[in-house]
Amino acid sequence: MKKIIISVIALFGIFNAKAQENTNSEPSKKLSLDEINLVSSYYKQDGNNSAVTGGVGTEKLTDVSNTIDVTMVKYDKKLRKNKFDVSVGIDHYTSASSDMIDLKANSSASRSDNRIYPALSWSRENEAKGSTLMAGASLSSEFDYQSYGANIGVSQKTANRTGEFTAKFQAYLDQVKLITPIELRTGNSTGGEHGSYGTSGRNTFALSLSYSQIINQNFQVEFLADGIQQTGYLSLPFHRVYFADNSVHQEALPDKRFKIPLGVRANYFFGDKLIVRAYYRYYTDDWGLKSNTFSLETPVKISPFVSVSPFYRYYSQTSAKYFAPYQQHTAFDDFYTSNYDLSKFSSNFYGAGIRLSPKNGLFGIERLNMLEIRYGHYTKSVGMQSDIISLNLRFK
Amino acid sequence: MNLRLSFKFKKTIQIKMKNFIKVTAVICFLVTAASVQSCTSVKEYEKSKLNDAEMVLGNRTIEKTELSFQSYREGSSGANAGKVGGGCGCN
Repeated sequence: MKKIIISVIALFGIFNAKAQENTNSEPSKKLSLDEINLVSSYYKQDGNNSAVTGGVGTEKLTDVSNTIDVTMVKYDKKLRKNKFDVSVGIDHYTSASSDMIDLKANSSASRSDNRIYPALSWSRENEAKGSTLMAGASLSSEFDYQSYGANIGVSQKTANRTGEFTAKFQAYLDQVKLITPIELRTGNSTGGEHGSYGTSGRNTFALSLSYSQIINQNFQVEFLADGIQQTGYLSLPFHRVYFADNSVHQEALPDKRFKIPLGVRANYFFGDKLIVRAYYRYYTDDWGLKSNTFSLETPVKISPFVSVSPFYRYYSQTSAKYFAPYQQHTAFDDFYTSNYDLSKFSSNFYGAGIRLSPKNGLFGIERLNMLEIRYGHYTKSVGMQSDIISLNLRFK
Repeated sequence: MNLRLSFKFKKTIQIKMKNFIKVTAVICFLVTAASVQSCTSVKEYEKSKLNDAEMVLGNRTIEKTELSFQSYREGSSGANAGKVGGGCGCN
């Protein structure tokens, strides 16, 4: 009887406490769904400089990707906002160039493949102090490549809450399956559709720093800087390189690469309808590759719930010092690649998106509060071109 | 002859485009730097435009696949508050 009375008093206390919370309009301490994002994309590309066939040959590829991203929020006892994010992505791609790993059989394992990439992340924001702690883990798995990632970060707002500094450390521990072009296979690396291949490690460590600043009611900027160190097997085992004497070799690249990208973003709201989103990045690394990226997007608000966003991105890079086209390398070169992604080129990417976010939901579904469709066309000065169309549905 | 002229024209356009991008980038940087110097305190109720979904600093959710293919098809990546590694991108 005593226990029952104590339990009833305790329950009454809990309900009373909850009632008090409600009257103070404090945020819920229960885990609640914040939003769900579904993103689907279709990508196709074509060109004639495939690295699998030594810088000549088709680059035809299609990729269908689908990701689901669920964000949940929970306030703890100290009223800190905990955000949990769970996402899973699945890609299905077909690649004509990968089919040329075996020049005769036309049935290599990587001809069509699936990639699955789940990720978990957590952040805890202390609104009173203006600080946030964050951490995450990720996995990416496909037939010839496994990647395990982890990150940890911290951010702090300035005293007047107009600026925010963020530091993040990311690590990726990858394993590359050593699938060699068929004519270069020895007895130990025959592999085959169901055979076993050796693997080699590739590690990436990155420190990312950023600072965002509100300039005024219409204008905000962000400065970004990364330092990225890669070590391990940085070539791809099935990339061929044809030397001047017509002999064929596996791509060989150094086992270290240090990259420094520096970026700045600026978003400005002109009047009530036009927004300008600008981005510039300078990049340099110790393989001799330097690049400049500039992009501009101008969302126009047709109504409070509909906006159209045309965009343009220009990119140019110098060649990595280890690149040479088909039959240009010689036996005097220590490192060699004919991968045109590391050649000198410029690219243009342009297109438009439309975003609908009506007040009462879309298609009679109240929770479906945003739909966005975006199309882009990409061309490289070395002949490759691609198209991508994406759809984002957001439930809230 | 026509082909040579059109090649020269393309080359000139490319050089002009590069110079334009460089000048624009420098101007953007200087304007931004000057603006940071003169930033003002903005109260919560004055942030309606800054809080607009289109004003978010960072990538849009829908850009996820675009950023992936760009990092695979180009020699550089990073400084966009996204992933800096993981995944093959080899095809």
